[in-house]
Amino acid sequence: MKTTLTVNGQLRHLDADPRTTLLDALRNHLNLTGSKKGCDHGQCGACTVIVNGRRINSCLSLACMHDSDEVVTIEGLGTPEHLSALQQAFVSHDGFQCGFCTPGQICSATAMLDEVEAGWPSHVSADVTAKQDLTVEEISERMSGNLCRCSAYPNIVDAIMDVAGSAKR
Amino acid sequence: MNPFEYTRASSRHEAATMAAGGATFIAGGTNLLDLMKLEVMTPERLVDINRLDMDDIETTADGGLRIGAMVRNSDLAANDMVRSTYPVLSRALLAGASGQLRNKASTGGNLLQRTRCYYFYDTAMPCNKREPGSGCQAIGGATRLHAIFGASDHCIATHPSDMAVALQALDAQVEVESATGDVRTVELESFYRLPGNTPHIETELKPGDLITAVIVPPAKGRRQTYRKVRDRASYAFALVSVAGVIDMSDGRIAHASLAFGGVAHKPWRNTEIEQMLVGETPSPNVFVRVADALLRDAEAQGDNAFKIKLLHRTLCAVLTELTEG
Repeated sequence: MKTTLTVNGQLRHLDADPRTTLLDALRNHLNLTGSKKGCDHGQCGACTVIVNGRRINSCLSLACMHDSDEVVTIEGLGTPEHLSALQQAFVSHDGFQCGFCTPGQICSATAMLDEVEAGWPSHVSADVTAKQDLTVEEISERMSGNLCRCSAYPNIVDAIMDVAGSAKR
Repeated sequence: MNPFEYTRASSRHEAATMAAGGATFIAGGTNLLDLMKLEVMTPERLVDINRLDMDDIETTADGGLRIGAMVRNSDLAANDMVRSTYPVLSRALLAGASGQLRNKASTGGNLLQRTRCYYFYDTAMPCNKREPGSGCQAIGGATRLHAIFGASDHCIATHPSDMAVALQALDAQVEVESATGDVRTVELESFYRLPGNTPHIETELKPGDLITAVIVPPAKGRRQTYRKVRDRASYAFALVSVAGVIDMSDGRIAHASLAFGGVAHKPWRNTEIEQMLVGETPSPNVFVRVADALLRDAEAQGDNAFKIKLLHRTLCAVLTELTEG
């Protein structure tokens, strides 16, 4: 199945079995191993990538369904020399222990902040018609699709809050 | 995952024709691909309907809403019209799944998602829904998630959707296009079936039927909420949920629509208790009487006996919240 994707700004061609998930295409065909396979069932969020500006679980999508889509992975958000604001904040706030969930956490948080910017409400928003301030409760709810088995949650929330509260992202 | 042929449909007709010939639609895929990985579902052909033009949210002539089948759950929840006029729908959507899943999951697909019964998911177990005639291991087994209304000797599974519960309380209709191009609308109430002795047949859809939209009539009440009770604060299926739409006039209840999730094979509705509320001045006594009437027909399946009291309390809490002020 021939598929063309734009991944982190580069056009990439793929010829894979239709069963290939977007996650497996990224990791095994395009050698972008930043996105992680945790549960492979959409429950842990370690595989989160950004497709056409939206965060999704790449394990629950077929690569062939994404022909001509734009994919951004953790490798596309920053470089070791030039970290993205959220990448830097996760380092500064110690937002991880083993680091396995971190690429998914950072991709998810990056797109989540755009959702907040767009005025999307959440389950914990008192008024669904109003634009929400990003409280600890809001961040926890909006990031509930990303599990951290080391339970670095307080520092992950601090890192996101730090970036959300500044204009630097 | 078993091998399959993949086709991206270029028209609704092409998609419906393929499905009439045995292919399975794939929309967001968040439930289907999960089930395919587990080989609970093993379609030989997938027809991708993601790029069909079905992702608009439009106002209807009577002031209701027509929601295209491919509108993503996150877009529907964030839609201004939905947030201001149908907040019960926004709330139900936001109570379901995670941000990542809502970005992918579609309106039509949400309606057609399969039960999360542990025995349906476990291919080593008999399940009348997965393998008709094989039996139901859930009966007498672990039943925390299972039905207290409308179950049968063949299946005690629940429908997992939050969105469908809100749509039920809003008297929504499902717009369906057949492979021959006929378009019909089906009341959500009759769209879903109870398990009976054919739990593998979950809806009124026939092979080749494509959900093209969901139609929501104008809301009959401005006081709306969706209350979901679950084992953790976020990202879990409902133990019980209540969608409520209430209208008040001169201190009395003028209209009540109520639908219940996590308790039956379909979003549960009981119009008798809605009628009991109309004309009443809100009070704890009225709410208890109504909740008693709802739960009179409830039947526990062992582990899930707690749902009877839990739903009673949740309904009273929702009615209290919606009739205050």
